[in-house]
Amino acid sequence: MTVKVIRVGEDILSANEDKAGANKARLDKCGVLTVNIMSSPGAGKTSLIMSTIANLKDKLRIGVIEGDVASSVDAEKINALGIPVIQINTAGGCHLDANMVEYALNGLPLEAIDLLFIENVGNLICPNAFVLGEDRRVMIASTPEGDDKPLKYPAMFADSDCVLLNKIDLMPHLDFDNDAFRRTVTGLNPDVIIFPVSCQTGTGLADWYAWLTAAVRGKRGK
Amino acid sequence: MHEYSVTESLLALALEKAGEAGAGKITRINLVLGEMSGIVGECVELYFDLLSRDTIASGAELAFEKVPTRLRCHKCDNVYTPQNGSWACPACREIGLEIVSGRECYMESIEVE
Repeated sequence: MTVKVIRVGEDILSANEDKAGANKARLDKCGVLTVNIMSSPGAGKTSLIMSTIANLKDKLRIGVIEGDVASSVDAEKINALGIPVIQINTAGGCHLDANMVEYALNGLPLEAIDLLFIENVGNLICPNAFVLGEDRRVMIASTPEGDDKPLKYPAMFADSDCVLLNKIDLMPHLDFDNDAFRRTVTGLNPDVIIFPVSCQTGTGLADWYAWLTAAVRGKRGK
Repeated sequence: MHEYSVTESLLALALEKAGEAGAGKITRINLVLGEMSGIVGECVELYFDLLSRDTIASGAELAFEKVPTRLRCHKCDNVYTPQNGSWACPACREIGLEIVSGRECYMESIEVE
């Protein structure tokens, strides 16, 4: 039997990329700025979203998609603030993917949202490989995790538009080399914006709110 | 990591391409996997054996071309492979880089009868 070679040249993960593209088109049509928030568990994703809601909800219409392996603990906190929220439970999955986000979008009033947060599953590895349809990729590092995390998880830091360094109020109690952290992150990603913040005390968050607000206005052409 | 969903995707892609060509059997699938892709070939083979049963891909050989991680230094333009877990440029010792290769996860070609 003659063997024939068929050239393919296609990415194996393109199915998720295609779905993410469809999600983005849908969100663009409604003028929604979408932010994918990633970090290790406990670095401050939910705290950041809640602080942002408290500060910006009178200026921007906010929606949230919460991603967790199990429970609706985070979605309940957001719901209590009167913000539209959908909880995705991955039942063991280690990241959100574009398919899951498509279903979640069906449950949100997209025409009435300016800014959509997608809080990804706490994980410094897998979420990075699965685009969701977002406009901005934001990751949160926190000072107790150590200043060497960019070296250990380079892809996540290399692909982010913005890195928040949270829990800076704890720095006096830690051996965190801020210069080394910044040098490594900007070495991996020369265009990245770094915001040193504390969600606990509010330090540094004004710059984050300004960056977000400008991004939303830019999306709406204002 | 994620080899099950990767194997599902690659099988679907191979069957699609073989179908377009009107092929009766897939004998070999040529894949390119970067060192940083996190995909382990042996796990893909395991899932492929299970998922390809009763399809024209059953029994196909999976061939993996492995691509090493290569970085380009922004400061001195040196292209290098990270050594001993360090991403610093061996020429100028700076960490200021662009990932040139190592993240690949694609199907180069399939061989059919």
